[in-house]
Amino acid sequence: MPLLELKDVHARYGPIRALHGVSLKVDDGEVVAILGANGAGKTTTLRSISGMTRTSGEITFAGRKIARKATESVARLGIAHVPEGRGLFPELTVWENLRMGAVARGGDFGAAAKRVVGYFPWIERRRDQAAATLSGGEQQMLALARALVSGPRLLMLDEPSLGLAPTIVRELFGVIRRLNESEGLTVLVVEQNATIALDVASRAYVLEVGKVAVEGTSDELSRHEGVRKSYLGY
Amino acid sequence: MAAFLQQVVSGLAQGAIFASLALALVLIYRSTDVLNFSQGEMATFTTFIAWSLMNQGLSYWPAFALTLVIAFAGGALVERTIIRPVEHRPEIVIVIITIGLLIALNGLTGWIWGAEVKSFDSPFPNRTTEVGGVVISIQDLGVLGVCLATVFVLWAFFRFTTLGLVMRAVANSQEASRLMGVRVGWMLALGWGLAAALGAVAGMMAAPTVFLDPNMMLIILIYSFAAAVLGGIDSPVGAVVGGLVLGVLINVLGTYVDFVGGELRLPAALTVLLIVLLVRPQGLFGHRVVTRV
Repeated sequence: MPLLELKDVHARYGPIRALHGVSLKVDDGEVVAILGANGAGKTTTLRSISGMTRTSGEITFAGRKIARKATESVARLGIAHVPEGRGLFPELTVWENLRMGAVARGGDFGAAAKRVVGYFPWIERRRDQAAATLSGGEQQMLALARALVSGPRLLMLDEPSLGLAPTIVRELFGVIRRLNESEGLTVLVVEQNATIALDVASRAYVLEVGKVAVEGTSDELSRHEGVRKSYLGY
Repeated sequence: MAAFLQQVVSGLAQGAIFASLALALVLIYRSTDVLNFSQGEMATFTTFIAWSLMNQGLSYWPAFALTLVIAFAGGALVERTIIRPVEHRPEIVIVIITIGLLIALNGLTGWIWGAEVKSFDSPFPNRTTEVGGVVISIQDLGVLGVCLATVFVLWAFFRFTTLGLVMRAVANSQEASRLMGVRVGWMLALGWGLAAALGAVAGMMAAPTVFLDPNMMLIILIYSFAAAVLGGIDSPVGAVVGGLVLGVLINVLGTYVDFVGGELRLPAALTVLLIVLLVRPQGLFGHRVVTRV
């Protein structure tokens, strides 16, 4: 049974329909990418899973139906969602942001923080700085670290590369790969940067106007002519 | 000089009351994005409850503590039952509801307890003490002490407890808090509860000098609005500083500027409000809101 499964999910913002029947699944221990152009419904797909849009259709996570559940209830089931724009608390300090990752799920924050800071050692040094004063790359890493201290069963990242320098993007995806390989973390990542996403993900879905247009393993998609021309640029 | 310092101290005591109520306004503004116009009437209502408790034979401090608990529960209940159904509506809707609440609570207070003015006991002796030639009333010192202690406890709660951290996070971003699994609705109710308890402190501290009647907090609420705007409507530190500064300012103006006297203190406060809004709308400690299109 997949960890996460969407069956024929429709979503709308007021009168505007954003998803027209998206079906996808993520197995335990996989890194899965969702690719697509602006407005294809990538972000909406993640928001639907997190209960942040009006949806119909079936969403199952770890054997439970979660469609139309409140956002906070979905988060409590173990889905850590790093949203578009990172969703940090700008006025709180770096460390307070990190603590927020663990407040709802409880457990040993100290141990979790120590493990996560191992991936981002600078966090410890700058713990008392307001999050708003961090650079874009640092904010993205803090958002990722905060998602990790909750000990999620599924990590969802919305365009982590957006607005970041290429070296930072590589570092970020390097961490995601290590987390997946050494800790078996399951990741669903939305990306416009298809090259790096296909490099780290084992499978991917391509969304076009609110529907899955193409799906397959990263190798298959890298060779797929349409995907290559539209998203990989060669 | 001694007379001047005396005015400063009694200004600080008044200002501490403004500061408490202003802080209550700021707490709700930060979490709900609206000014709670009923904050003063909620304070009046709870002060009447304290009066009833003391009338039932409870001594001052137990009645004080019990009133805080009742105010907290009442504030949270108001949020859950009256504000929550409209929380996703435009802000103006919520503002109008708080104005409705002001009128309803004012009427309810008069209906339950009657409109005649009542006296309210003070826990502090009606004496003065002398510090370096400055005569200070114990009442003023007590009011100042209680208000500042309340503010301190609240500050420590927000600064050092996990619940306080979560409430600050909710004030920062409700959506991000939900993604952390925070039950935002309950945090908002908690914020209203704390604000109501803070208002109850202001009411109980003000009542011995302004006397207890259903309209006793109307004027104080206006001073507190001015104080909150002076400090910066989104800044808790600003609310406290703004309250104290305003208290001293209007007291000194009222004493030393002949044409202000006793009658023009409120217009003086409103002038402060107007000047702040014209010259520095974000207040002393607030954040400037920049809207980009």
